[in-house]
Amino acid sequence: MSSARTEILARVRAHRPASAPPVPRDYLPDVPGIDVVEVLVDRLADYRAGVHRASAATLPGVLAGLVATSSTVVAPPGLPAEWLAEVAGPVLRDFPGAPISVADLDRPGVTVVTGAAVAIAVTGTLILDAAPDQGRRVLSLVPDHHVCVIWTDQISGGVPAALARLADPSRPITLISGPSATSDIELNRVEGVHGPRRLDVVVAARS
Amino acid sequence: MNGTGNIVALRPFPDAARLELNDQQLRTNLRRATHTIRDKRLRVVGEVDDWEALRRAGAAIKDDVLARLPELLERFEESATRAGAVVHWARDAAEACEIVTRLVTGTAAREVVKVKSMATQEIGLNEALEAAGIEATETDLAELIVQLADDTPSHILVPAIHYNRSQIRDIFRSRMPGVTDGLTDDPPALAEAARRHLRAKFLSATVGISGANFAIAETGTLVVVESEGNGRMCLTLPETLISVVGIEKILPTFSELEVFLQLLPRSSTGERMNPYTSMWTGVTPGDGPRTTHIVLVDNGRTATLADEIGRQALRCIRCSACLNVCPVYERVGGHAYGSVYPGPIGAILSPQLTSSGANSTLPYASSLCGACFDACPVRINIPEVLVHLRQKGVDAKRGKPSAERAAFVSLSWIMRDRRRYAAALRAARRGSAPLRGRGRLRRLPWPASAWTDSRDVPLPPKQTFREWWAKR
Ligand code: SF4
Repeated sequence: MSSARTEILARVRAHRPASAPPVPRDYLPDVPGIDVVEVLVDRLADYRAGVHRASAATLPGVLAGLVATSSTVVAPPGLPAEWLAEVAGPVLRDFPGAPISVADLDRPGVTVVTGAAVAIAVTGTLILDAAPDQGRRVLSLVPDHHVCVIWTDQISGGVPAALARLADPSRPITLISGPSATSDIELNRVEGVHGPRRLDVVVAARS
Repeated sequence: MNGTGNIVALRPFPDAARLELNDQQLRTNLRRATHTIRDKRLRVVGEVDDWEALRRAGAAIKDDVLARLPELLERFEESATRAGAVVHWARDAAEACEIVTRLVTGTAAREVVKVKSMATQEIGLNEALEAAGIEATETDLAELIVQLADDTPSHILVPAIHYNRSQIRDIFRSRMPGVTDGLTDDPPALAEAARRHLRAKFLSATVGISGANFAIAETGTLVVVESEGNGRMCLTLPETLISVVGIEKILPTFSELEVFLQLLPRSSTGERMNPYTSMWTGVTPGDGPRTTHIVLVDNGRTATLADEIGRQALRCIRCSACLNVCPVYERVGGHAYGSVYPGPIGAILSPQLTSSGANSTLPYASSLCGACFDACPVRINIPEVLVHLRQKGVDAKRGKPSAERAAFVSLSWIMRDRRRYAAALRAARRGSAPLRGRGRLRRLPWPASAWTDSRDVPLPPKQTFREWWAKR
């Protein structure tokens, strides 16, 4: 008896269409003529994420304010130390050799602060690709509160332009569009089902 | 080889539909839900200037994939293996279940957490795991409700659409451990109860099971699109992750996602983007599962591929837009279709995957109004395939008493409320109904003209529904 693999591939080979016409690519490579920062802010607010503006200089103060009531602040290994310079309480670093346990991330009042790789303005999406300032996927998943910093020069207008900016598609990638939500009960939107209950986004300008 | 599992209807559609029609609650819930999603969808689709170009690209990419499927599957296997995943192949539902069960048993786990997945429902995985003494917990809120109620899903996207909040509260009170009589029917309170119940499971589970919306041949990457974060929990916390993936889910390269990540969320939930999308490639040390398995499933897909007209059903990205616009689905609900794939897509996919039995009545579960084609983000011409499958069915059964005939009569009975039917047709006028007007094909305004202009439209063998209706 031949293996399932051999059999399936033989059947696919026998039954497939002879050829397909070329793919028309006349869709837009980006969304032209929009102010990507304003559109992103608008879409994030629409998802009921908290949106905050900052410059490189005011970022530490804005972040300190956002985590002021947290019991613990968690940071990925490569998050720039100066971002958290004004945070009063303890900061737990998640280092590859000494990862924070899931149980610790699950404690009440934990806030994680991460960067992001890219954002998509028209869909209000933050893309994290596990770079050192973003860390492991669980960091932005298990804690109750996620604060994400996005630089204005990381924002693209539309989906194609944003995906094209990802450095390595084989890294673990997470697209986040607003806080976790369900619409399963009579289509009422309820936030914070399993992911962080609260998402704050700091849109920061480099200068 | 025919597909097996939960895609085989046990009763002919008319019998099942007649039963479901008695359920007034179901119809009220369904109507409200489908109309709400449909309106949202129209709004967000209207925001996209290049929507038609995206639909054409989506359809063409999928057709190109079907033409190159052998190479792409081999490429996917090679890339995923190189990235540290273990790839398995399954001819049908039984074989897929056996592979997954063996993998779970091999880990000594007795409990698994599951992300909502059409493929695992299709193969009947939960039942197979249960038979092997393994408890599978559905972690999508709606799937959990359905599972606790010992029911089956009634919609692809919102499987518990047929329950209202007080029914959900009652299910939680009686079936969810730790829930007290004090639980109210406030949606946030219900969601909170589910969060608490599931979090314990997420943090202790060692095996997660998922499907995939897309599988990238070039990189071996799998993509899961979801809302609640339960998917992310299942994909990242367990030590072992097993993903069950239909062979038609392949996309050639990562960049193709730029089309589907625009088409899918807007078509399915009517959102600009779903809250969470996860992509992973094999194993990443220090991040996520240490072992990942991928089970590539045929289960009737290669048989469907053989049919020149019918194969377009394999483009389906399971967005459920066609369900929400279908006047027949709206009245009978998902259960009447008997398969895990309900509505218009189910009416063409299930009979092709299985090619026999009660499923052969499903192509009659439609008024051919064309609204589904109009809504479909990958331009599956569902009316065309329905008519084609009816024709095939009639050819096969000529001269014998026909279950299809009975189904057809029954459909008319379902659609008898003339006012509603007329309203549904009006709503669908932008669609491409292949209706006969005074013996010749009516030419329709754009965009439906694209359909009537460019196709040799196959018509039902004897009469259309409208003609039949007119004679009643
Ligand atoms: S057939 Fe089209 S509209 Fe229906 S679920 Fe599939 S992709 Fe969506």
